[in-house]
Amino acid sequence: MSVIGAAAVAVQVGGVVAGAPLLCGLMRQVRARLEGRAGAGVGQPWRDLRKLLRKEAVTSLGTGPAFRAAPVLLVATTAVVAALVPLASTATVVSGSSDLIVVVALLALGTVTLALAGLDSGTAFGGMGASREMTLAALVEPTILVSVFALSLPTGSTNLPAIVSGALSDPDRLVSPAGLLATAALAVAVLAETGRLPVDNPSTHLELTMVHEAMVLEYAGPDLALVELGAQMRLTVLLGLLASLFAPWGIATTASAGALAIGLAVCAGKVALLGAVLAAAEVFWAKLRLFRVPELLAGSFLLSLLAVTASYFLSGA
Amino acid sequence: MNRRTEEIGAPELPCQVRKLLDSGQRLALVAAHHDEGAVRVVYLFVSGPPDTRTELHVRLDPDQPSVPTLAHLSFPAGRFEREMRDLHGVVPREHPLPHRLVRHYHWPRGWYPMRPDAGAAPPFGEQEGPYPFLAVEGDGVYEIPVGPVHAGLIEPGHFRFSVVGETIIRLKARLWFVHKGIEKLFEGRDAAGGMRLAERVSGDTAVGHGLAYCLAVEEAYGVEVSEEARRARALVLELERLHNHVADLGALCNDVGHGVLNSHAQRIREQLLRLADATTGHRLLRGAVVPGGARLASVPDPALLARVAVDLGEITDLALGHATVRDRFTGTAALGAQAARDLGCLGYVARASGLSADARFGHPFTTEGRPQVPATQASGDVLARFLVRAEEAQASLELAARLAAELRPGDMTVPLPRRPAGTSGTGIAEGWRGAITTRVELTPDGTLTRVKPVDPSFFNWPALPVALADTIVPDFPLANKSFNLSYAGNDL
Repeated sequence: MSVIGAAAVAVQVGGVVAGAPLLCGLMRQVRARLEGRAGAGVGQPWRDLRKLLRKEAVTSLGTGPAFRAAPVLLVATTAVVAALVPLASTATVVSGSSDLIVVVALLALGTVTLALAGLDSGTAFGGMGASREMTLAALVEPTILVSVFALSLPTGSTNLPAIVSGALSDPDRLVSPAGLLATAALAVAVLAETGRLPVDNPSTHLELTMVHEAMVLEYAGPDLALVELGAQMRLTVLLGLLASLFAPWGIATTASAGALAIGLAVCAGKVALLGAVLAAAEVFWAKLRLFRVPELLAGSFLLSLLAVTASYFLSGA
Repeated sequence: MNRRTEEIGAPELPCQVRKLLDSGQRLALVAAHHDEGAVRVVYLFVSGPPDTRTELHVRLDPDQPSVPTLAHLSFPAGRFEREMRDLHGVVPREHPLPHRLVRHYHWPRGWYPMRPDAGAAPPFGEQEGPYPFLAVEGDGVYEIPVGPVHAGLIEPGHFRFSVVGETIIRLKARLWFVHKGIEKLFEGRDAAGGMRLAERVSGDTAVGHGLAYCLAVEEAYGVEVSEEARRARALVLELERLHNHVADLGALCNDVGHGVLNSHAQRIREQLLRLADATTGHRLLRGAVVPGGARLASVPDPALLARVAVDLGEITDLALGHATVRDRFTGTAALGAQAARDLGCLGYVARASGLSADARFGHPFTTEGRPQVPATQASGDVLARFLVRAEEAQASLELAARLAAELRPGDMTVPLPRRPAGTSGTGIAEGWRGAITTRVELTPDGTLTRVKPVDPSFFNWPALPVALADTIVPDFPLANKSFNLSYAGNDL
């Protein structure tokens, strides 16, 4: 049990670290092909990371510990989230600690770390990006919390593996009004949290329009590699969480090597599919005016509130 | 064309200028000349239709050249005066904003590059104090400095935003990082040598600047260009408008994160550049317009132009039909008609704010080369500029097809006479950014002594900060792209 359980944690973290750049490459490739471009290939983000890791570490003058610690903290918090969240298996050695509130707090920690680093860089762009990121985070974190909370009501626990296992044994929950509303709310929150269209444009070069990229403009070399990897891992973990919560089939519920292998393969497939669908959808979207973004996020928060309400009333609890 | 030249004394200048402005003429160009024993300033006023051009010549004392300022009568005049002071040392008396414009603060004091005795550029001198940025003070006001080096392939310009939250309170655009001394380089060339330089004033406006220069030279030489050559010129002028408009329509979509339309717009642009290459032998249409006429290697296929029209129409329809794209364009960076008129805006910037400025109508060089009516919009926002340019691109396609049907490839040039008939000439052409005015002066043996091109960007740059008041910071790149002003053409 504990050997397989420990292996499951290692497989999840390793899979997220190795797979995140590939997911990013896949999404860029899908977008490129749909726009009529050849694209750089799925392996390009890995090649970029390798290039950045080989470079000399440079930090700008006047930056302090917040700036230097942020890339490592970002990757570390995301790696812990990847270990906790039930991606390939619900039966891991840490599944008992995989609490919804811990996961959201870890994600928020990563966000705040990066925002502090942006402020620490002392440039106008860093501060501007941090201010925008915090505005968005203040709307996104509650949405994630409340929408997953709506799913936890039928299970009666905020333990994520318990929620996923509960949904597996009673799939009707997923298509209940509460389940659908929570899906929609969480999907929008994931878009905002990972800086995708229509909230942020990850491929822009226009500094003044950036949110996430503006905070990390001062990073270079290995630090930049970590920041990029961290952002890619967050996207992967959040898409994985979305997949596990709303399409839990295939996830390993027992601590056997076979189930774990199937769980990993199914999880990779689901995340790749979700990523490809997101990339394809992004081709048809445009970036919202910054002042319209709170409207979108307030809307998704409302959906999550409705999900909780529906879950409370319709389950007759 | 109704052309008039008047020699007047400096004291009566403001009174004369007021009369000309009141009669509906606009100040198109101010150029200082260092003659033997005098500094002569030429003010060119134009209006049209009917095509009217009035030159005021003012002679000044070469030791202490100074003119009464016209800044209170015309905003562009105030900028021309500052440019003239920086390059020629002609002092505008009682100018309301007397600090430097063209010359950055590390250029040595007292060195004026356009003077005949200026010599080679001296090493950078001591800073003449810091640049006088106006500091906006108040609770929560902060500054965002951007540039002069930008991400992406953008020309250098420094923008200083004073911002509260995300709202721009004030924007100062500090330009003039690319002074190349083009006006000085023209001196001493012959007509053909000047042409090569004129086509390179602003890389994306080879035909516009080349044509304005040719029209000026031909007026000085007294040459009549054949009607066929005029049509060929109108054709390449529209082809230039077309490839620039198509590129920017796509870029505007890209700036709101709708990249797929940009990919397709760039695909169309590439078709147009290849068409340009086939038509003139140069992708950016250099070498088609020459003093004395025009040369075409081939004539565009009207069927290709019709296909491009359908393709482009689809892109603009998709952009305008997209709720988010339309929302981002609507109401962003609105420039009012009164502001556009006061600042002397030209081209699509003016037409998007309800003015009908278009040199193809006001100063035509052929009766064929223009659409039915100028495309105008009233709202002055990014959407208006997008719509004007989309409409103009379609009109250009129609016009190019009509002109191509009557044209044959070949050399349509009449040779210039050995000696020019006059000593000066002016040319006005509606480049894709707006009306380009060029004035040339030559010696009797045909050597250029002074060429002054004025790009519409010189008039339009001050409109950008005005339009940006109360716009939010993340909308600035979109607003800037919708103006798409030239740095190189502005800073000669």
